[in-house]
Amino acid sequence: MTIELIAGAIKAILMIVLGLNLSLFLLYFERKGSALIQDRIGSNRVTITGLGKRMGMPNLGIINTTIADPVKMFTKEDFIPDGADKFLHTLAPFLALFPVLITFVVIPFGDTISIAGHHIGLEAANLNAGALYLLATLGLGVYGVALAGWASNSRWSLLGGIRATAQMISYELAMGLAIVSVIMTFGTLNLQEIVRGQSGVWFGFLPRWGIFVQPLAFILLLVAGAAESKRIPFDLPEGESELIQGYFTEYSGGKQAVFMLTDFAEQALLAMLITTFFLGGWQVPWLMRDGFHLPGGAFLAVPALVVSLLGIVAFLVKVVALCIFLGLVRWTLPRFRYDQLMRLGWKGLVPLGLFNVLLTAFVVVATGSVH
Amino acid sequence: MPPFVYIFLGALAIVSALGVVVQRNPIHSLLSLIGTLLTVALLFIAEDAVVVGFLQIIVYAGAIMVLFLFVIWLLNLQVETGPTGHLALKIFGWLGAALLVTELFFILAPPHLQVKFTHEPAGYGSLASLAGKLFTDYLVAFEVTSVLLLAAVVGAVALARRIPAAEEFRDVKEPEKIAS
Repeated sequence: MTIELIAGAIKAILMIVLGLNLSLFLLYFERKGSALIQDRIGSNRVTITGLGKRMGMPNLGIINTTIADPVKMFTKEDFIPDGADKFLHTLAPFLALFPVLITFVVIPFGDTISIAGHHIGLEAANLNAGALYLLATLGLGVYGVALAGWASNSRWSLLGGIRATAQMISYELAMGLAIVSVIMTFGTLNLQEIVRGQSGVWFGFLPRWGIFVQPLAFILLLVAGAAESKRIPFDLPEGESELIQGYFTEYSGGKQAVFMLTDFAEQALLAMLITTFFLGGWQVPWLMRDGFHLPGGAFLAVPALVVSLLGIVAFLVKVVALCIFLGLVRWTLPRFRYDQLMRLGWKGLVPLGLFNVLLTAFVVVATGSVH
Repeated sequence: MPPFVYIFLGALAIVSALGVVVQRNPIHSLLSLIGTLLTVALLFIAEDAVVVGFLQIIVYAGAIMVLFLFVIWLLNLQVETGPTGHLALKIFGWLGAALLVTELFFILAPPHLQVKFTHEPAGYGSLASLAGKLFTDYLVAFEVTSVLLLAAVVGAVALARRIPAAEEFRDVKEPEKIAS
């Protein structure tokens, strides 16, 4: 019992730290990756000793983005505008960040691992209602943004906050419907069980990942999730050309950094969710508990511990790849107009989601089985 | 559920419920209400009614409270400046409140007040048991409720729809006049 508690606490902290580190990676990608995409040099000023420069190495901007940027933001003046609700103005960034961070703990990042006779499931919280927990915490993310807009005592902020709230509750529906069809396919709310249900292969070579069962739900979750995380092309709540910075116009210093962190953490969370639901989570293609069963009948034995570690590595690789994909989308597409956004949400994604749920229900009942 | 969890969450729920009434700023009241709903949801979860607890968070704390927020913004509710009116009115208000509390106390007082901690059977409060009840014993009520909600939504849309302006009527009717 005690060991389980300690292991659970360690795993929860690990997951949150992983999410925060992914956010840092995304910040790096935001600076340097965008420069690569747009054929710019990007941040290249800060070095610790200038050693690399003297040796003729290009500055990759790692110190710039991962140390100098956050330090700069947290040491800036924290300004609260006149007439603002001081308490809520301070509370709002943390209200936005908190639900995202606590959602990380239900994501399974590996199979059960056996160490010294203890079987430890590699997920911080193995909830039987994991998918419901997910929807509940994601639903609470609205308040930070909405209250930031209201508490700033600024027109731009309020408009941005209202836009963000309307956008998030609209796309939450499509996201929920996508998750519902996955739940119906695998017949469980437990995320670890959903990942387990994606083991094995079809036709001897195709991994039984969710994306091949529910391609429509995959697209729905990808689009709706991107809209939930308020990133380009869905960044209307902070559309610079109209609203300056939207709901965090009046934020500076550390609190603005927390809002940026929330955006990146949401993106990392979205990547983890898509990995869990559609890309087989920690499943490595053709890897069973005893080793690789390659298509064509070849077999490669692998020790059990290595299988577990390979699972964790596979999860991380998938998540980082998805993060990079989301970053590419963010730096490729232009911003929507607000009516286009609402039309896509309510007239595009929601009916598609309902259709998908209906179709899934028919298939599940007709085949008489789940999955 | 250990008693101290119950007492802690219960106290938290009561304090945030008081916050809803006591605070003058409608947004602060709304936040307190969200706090109340969340603590009640946690109480549900601690009592093994996991699905009900999470649904409470999704539906009430996550969706309906956002609607409340929009209504507060739309009506542009400001901070209340405090009770106005005659001193006698205030005194009668306090008296009425005291009477209500005494009445509630006598209704809810022992033996109803005694908290019983019971162990529920395995699977109690899970989605399977909830769905089983919902789609067998209470199927008709469940379906009729959903139709009722749909009717309410359609009614709300019909009421909120903009009535076509006079110009739009004329645009439609003019060609007929020419034809006749």
